[in-house]
Amino acid sequence: MKLRDLAHSRTGDKGNTSNISVIAYDAKSWDRLCRHVTAERVKAHFADVVKGDVVRYELPRIAALNFVMYDALGGGVTRTLALDAHGKSLSSALLDLEIPDDESAA
Amino acid sequence: MRTIRIGSGAGYSGDRIEPAVELAEKGGIDYLVFECLAERTIALAQQAKMKNPALGYDPLLEPRMRAVLATCKAKGIKIVTNMGAANPEAGAKKTAEIAKSLGLSGLKIAAVSGDDVIEAIRETPHRLEETGGSTTDLGNRIVSANAYFGVAPIVEALAQGADVVITGRAADPALFMAPLVREFGWALDDWDKLGKGTVVGHLLECAGQVTGGYFADPGVKDVAGLGRLGFPIGEVSEDGTLVVTKVAGSGGKVTPQTVKEQLLYELHDPARYFQPDVIADFSQVEIEEIGPDRVRVTHGTGRAKTDTLKVSVGYIDSYVGEGQISYAGPGAVSRGKLALDIVRERLALMQVKTSELRFDLIGIDSLHGPTRGATGAEPYEVRIRVAGRTDTLAEAVKIGNEVETLYTNGPAGGGGAFKSAREVVAVQSVLLPRRLVGSSVRILEA
Repeated sequence: MKLRDLAHSRTGDKGNTSNISVIAYDAKSWDRLCRHVTAERVKAHFADVVKGDVVRYELPRIAALNFVMYDALGGGVTRTLALDAHGKSLSSALLDLEIPDDESAA
Repeated sequence: MRTIRIGSGAGYSGDRIEPAVELAEKGGIDYLVFECLAERTIALAQQAKMKNPALGYDPLLEPRMRAVLATCKAKGIKIVTNMGAANPEAGAKKTAEIAKSLGLSGLKIAAVSGDDVIEAIRETPHRLEETGGSTTDLGNRIVSANAYFGVAPIVEALAQGADVVITGRAADPALFMAPLVREFGWALDDWDKLGKGTVVGHLLECAGQVTGGYFADPGVKDVAGLGRLGFPIGEVSEDGTLVVTKVAGSGGKVTPQTVKEQLLYELHDPARYFQPDVIADFSQVEIEEIGPDRVRVTHGTGRAKTDTLKVSVGYIDSYVGEGQISYAGPGAVSRGKLALDIVRERLALMQVKTSELRFDLIGIDSLHGPTRGATGAEPYEVRIRVAGRTDTLAEAVKIGNEVETLYTNGPAGGGGAFKSAREVVAVQSVLLPRRLVGSSVRILEA
């Protein structure tokens, strides 16, 4: 199963830092997202893009995760050579993440 | 409980104009806010002002004001905007001229100034937050330095009876929160209310991004009517409860999903969102659908603000040259790769001086690199892109030229070449003690 089946996502940018939200369609999937969508996996998924750390914040009341990715925008939105200077397309790429079948899923 | 309705008429400087007209005419709003300043916009505006002291405000200020001013005057809708950019005084003067040309009178137009702190930044060295370097490293390449104001000077302008408030740099959410502070009399140390007000501003400031824009994914997340997307209305109660909605019959949609996506947009630690007026806390926010295109947002909060204001320092960073050309049909990817190799070799042979170079295959790896792009499937077409950073414009021009010459010197069937070279004005941040930043409000009567 792909993350796209369980969650939606939006990317934001500030300087050289990108953030990606991962929002469960159904709050019942949130625990599963927490188990499988880790900061380590997100960093590995964007190995060519994110040069710095990835930090995960949890928002249980809206069944969402927020990933903050440092040194991720080629030196910053205002100076990067990248085609997608803001990294706006990163959210769609994250939804391609594979989520293993999970017996404890509701 | 008393409520105020605030419409968001623009999510960025180039945004659509007619959704703002729709809000003014049909939105039943008390305030219309235009948020038009991205990180770098003010630096570009400062350059425009240096060439012509009567400019430096948002290039779309005139068409926007022309489109909404008469309706807002007739309905008593107050306008708050940062379209003053690098020259709020000139923006206010221009707005007064527009009002006159529309036959409107009795309008009070306020210019909020003081965000320009370039003298303070030039006087002593300041630490650059992003790199840890110093402003002295940027030397005479600094073109602008603007502090992010909070609500105070906007509230002051409204208290003086302004119908239109034109600012330069202000925190985006503050443009929306100032009317709430003014109307509800929220204290400037009521951190809980200011946290809630920041939620309001944050959700509205990108306009269509909370009403279904930047959201659609056909078959998964469908949105109808994006060609006539309605911009949002925030219905705010005295206790800080927000209902996000839009004009009935406009395109797009407001759902808990669209609101959640926008709540987390450009947010880092949800419990510590640094603003000039408050450290807002979005971590406990609750979002609930209460009707069609009506979503209630509660439980934002906040705590005491810091002693510093963020300052955006705009500077001439470098020059970037770029070229693109397309290949199609069988072998397109191989010809694209060959083309990139040729340009790489040519830039070395011609000794083009670059500090950074980038070679992309658009359709394969240009967005997220080879790891994500390696699907194994051969696309029908591919476009190569070469971009490089240089110290001069003349050097940057050579990069696009080496892509363009692929027409007659490169692989078979290259078409649609494009080239560009531009100066890069970039932005870094400094934290400045509040005592070094003063604001002023000047009212023009039109």
